[in-house]
Amino acid sequence: MEYFDTLIVILQSTVRVSVPLILAALAGLYSERAGIFDIGLEGKMLAAAFAGGAAASVYGSAIIGLGAAIFVSVCLALVHGFASITQRGNQIVSGVAINFIALGATVILGQAWFRQGGRTPQLGEGERFTTVELPFAAELADIPILGSIYSNLLSGHFLLTYFAFALVPFTWWVLYRTRFGLRLRAVGENPGAVDTAGISVIWLRYRAVICCGILCGFAGAYLSMAMTAGFVKGMTAGKGFIALAALIFAKWKPVNVMFACLLFGFLDAMSIRMQGNALPLIGEVPVQFMQALPYILTVILLAGFIGKAIPPRAGGVPYVKER
Amino acid sequence: MNDIAIELKGIDKKFGLVHANKDIDLRVRKGTIHGIIGENGAGKSTLMSILYGFYQADDGDIFINGQKIVIKDPNVAIGAGIGMVHQHFMLVENFTVLENVMLGAEESQILTAGITKARQELRRLEHEYELEVDPDAIIEELPVGLQQRVEILKALYRGAEILILDEPTGVLTPDEADHLFRILEQLKDQGKTILLITHKLREIMAVTDEVSVMRRGEMVATRTTAETSVEELAELMVGRHVLLHVEKGPAAPGEVMLSVENLTVRDSRGVDMVKNVSFQVRAGEIVGIAGVAGNGQSELLQAVSGIRRAVSGKVWLDGEPVDVTSKDPSGLRQRGLAHVPEDRQHMGLVLKFDQSENSILGYHDDPKYSNGMFLDIDAIRKDAVDKIEKYDIRPPNPRLKTANFSGGNQQKIVLAREMERDPKVLIIGQPTRGVDVGAIEFIHKRIIEMRDAGKAVLLVSVELDEIRSLADRVLVMFDGRIVGERAPDTGERELGLLMAGVADAEEAAQ
Repeated sequence: MEYFDTLIVILQSTVRVSVPLILAALAGLYSERAGIFDIGLEGKMLAAAFAGGAAASVYGSAIIGLGAAIFVSVCLALVHGFASITQRGNQIVSGVAINFIALGATVILGQAWFRQGGRTPQLGEGERFTTVELPFAAELADIPILGSIYSNLLSGHFLLTYFAFALVPFTWWVLYRTRFGLRLRAVGENPGAVDTAGISVIWLRYRAVICCGILCGFAGAYLSMAMTAGFVKGMTAGKGFIALAALIFAKWKPVNVMFACLLFGFLDAMSIRMQGNALPLIGEVPVQFMQALPYILTVILLAGFIGKAIPPRAGGVPYVKER
Repeated sequence: MNDIAIELKGIDKKFGLVHANKDIDLRVRKGTIHGIIGENGAGKSTLMSILYGFYQADDGDIFINGQKIVIKDPNVAIGAGIGMVHQHFMLVENFTVLENVMLGAEESQILTAGITKARQELRRLEHEYELEVDPDAIIEELPVGLQQRVEILKALYRGAEILILDEPTGVLTPDEADHLFRILEQLKDQGKTILLITHKLREIMAVTDEVSVMRRGEMVATRTTAETSVEELAELMVGRHVLLHVEKGPAAPGEVMLSVENLTVRDSRGVDMVKNVSFQVRAGEIVGIAGVAGNGQSELLQAVSGIRRAVSGKVWLDGEPVDVTSKDPSGLRQRGLAHVPEDRQHMGLVLKFDQSENSILGYHDDPKYSNGMFLDIDAIRKDAVDKIEKYDIRPPNPRLKTANFSGGNQQKIVLAREMERDPKVLIIGQPTRGVDVGAIEFIHKRIIEMRDAGKAVLLVSVELDEIRSLADRVLVMFDGRIVGERAPDTGERELGLLMAGVADAEEAAQ
């Protein structure tokens, strides 16, 4: 029973750390499926986390914080869109630029506004998201196994968590069952086909990056307003890149994205759990190794275990009508 | 005049310096198959792209069914009942047939209803026009003939009354092409108007009712197919341009320097473009290969110069065998083969490099220019200045970016580089394409000088005049084969017919 409880705890923490990954990876999916590569997920998430934390503390409202997070993230997404769609610039360069801007600007603005070393003030009640208990969670907690799963694993998360998981089937539905999804996938594969069908490639791709911006906004808000209570500088800590890795690992498919993010989240949760604990057979493992494990595994998985990940064919290529 | 489906008046289009369409007038009668014929680069595709709203004309009007209409994007064209089958298919390769057909015509936000409707409609079109294709097949798994059928279905699904087909048979086998023509006949019987763009005379004669000929951006003639002949069309297509006279003495052919035997070359799509070709080039002679563009000359040049693998065949360079199944252009260069590629901007030069850098491109390992580690910039510059002087390259600035030279001067940079290597064999593709008249004369003189210096020269050009005035022997390529060898003073008409694939050219010319 002890092992089972440990497992539940690890899984619970897996869900917690997976949520921003899922949101960011789905954000990247909308953009990349439309042919706009986005390594600026990290930057957008960070900027959104800051905007969310700052606005929530200033206005004393979690909802306003969320709105600010989404607004800032969408603005950055539009900058990326302008650079890579309208100006036909290099999408990687634009994405990197956004990451740097976010990294620097959040600290500078944070220090200028709040004077707490780049942090935003601690968010209090009502200024941050709180967890919700599913019905009967307390009553069912004592039932062995199933009860524990229900009340400790499924219940007691943020609404944003349920939202993130609901977004997975929703994204699948959008992608494969709606007109927007059909066109989105087409424009990422062969924009010429979209253009000759009388659809605006530019507007379609802008809509895709806006979707990306919105979801990055949610991811950032989750970091600074749900998982923790306030913004800390550099708090995304590479999650945007892990999300990108998960997206590639999942071959740009929504349901796979969820599992990939859960896997990476699980590794992360394990590393936290294992710190200081001796592993059977191996003995105590240095903390640094456990922290590096998710990244090491990411590299190994991406390098060989998933077969060839074929990106959307028009990905990264600005659309120019050929002559 | 209600029976005119399409009328174009004074359509004009320039791309930078290239005048792609010059004041084009065209009338296409409803319910007919109207052919537009012309060599590659004559401006046919541009004209059709304007009609489909892919490009905007700089000037001119378009009338559809007598109504003037401004086609600012493909949407307007689709709305006016125009459908287009592009030369390079506009299909999403990992989508199903159904998804491709629906794209842009989905009916509603959520696909379910549209899918049902599209399925029914596809079934109906299938029966009506013999256009069978599995709606759930993935495009990239279909042969090209079926992919093209999907393109036609796409247009019909959108209710096209006017169908434009741009070089539809380029990728088809003869059987597939025949099937396509049957489909076109049926579409015509249903009252659809069809515009068929091609450079193949046979197709025009086989299926069209009327034919318009384009040459160098101009519409030169329109004929009723039944009242014209392959001969007349060939002549109109190739045209008689001013013959640039080149002074040259008789050739003094020596040893065989380049020998090609049974060479077969496939292009990237896997289509045999060069079929079992054999010929020899001797020292001190120019062998010209004439042909309408796209009949395998490019692939032949690429294979002989070592930048494309041949499927089979043998090549000897100065008596030594060459491994044609491997790519080794630099090895061939070292053995004395110089190559002036057809497309100088993509293959001959790096446009962002300056003149001096381009002057040594491909020979940068030569000890003259480098010590193996570092380039000897002074030597390179000095060499560049020599070439500028000798080839009259203007402006005479070795540090100017190559992109800023005119077409003729760019070509001189390439020629200087290759000719000054003192090669045994010189292969030249399209030496004067996009080159001004002054430079043409200069380039022609240089080529003759190379011959007189005892080099073996293989010349490929789509300009028949150029071949006739430079070559000592003319080989005509058609459909990947050498269909005849003629003396350069053979009549233009006879050569034109050979180029058009008319077997008994000699007879027909009389």
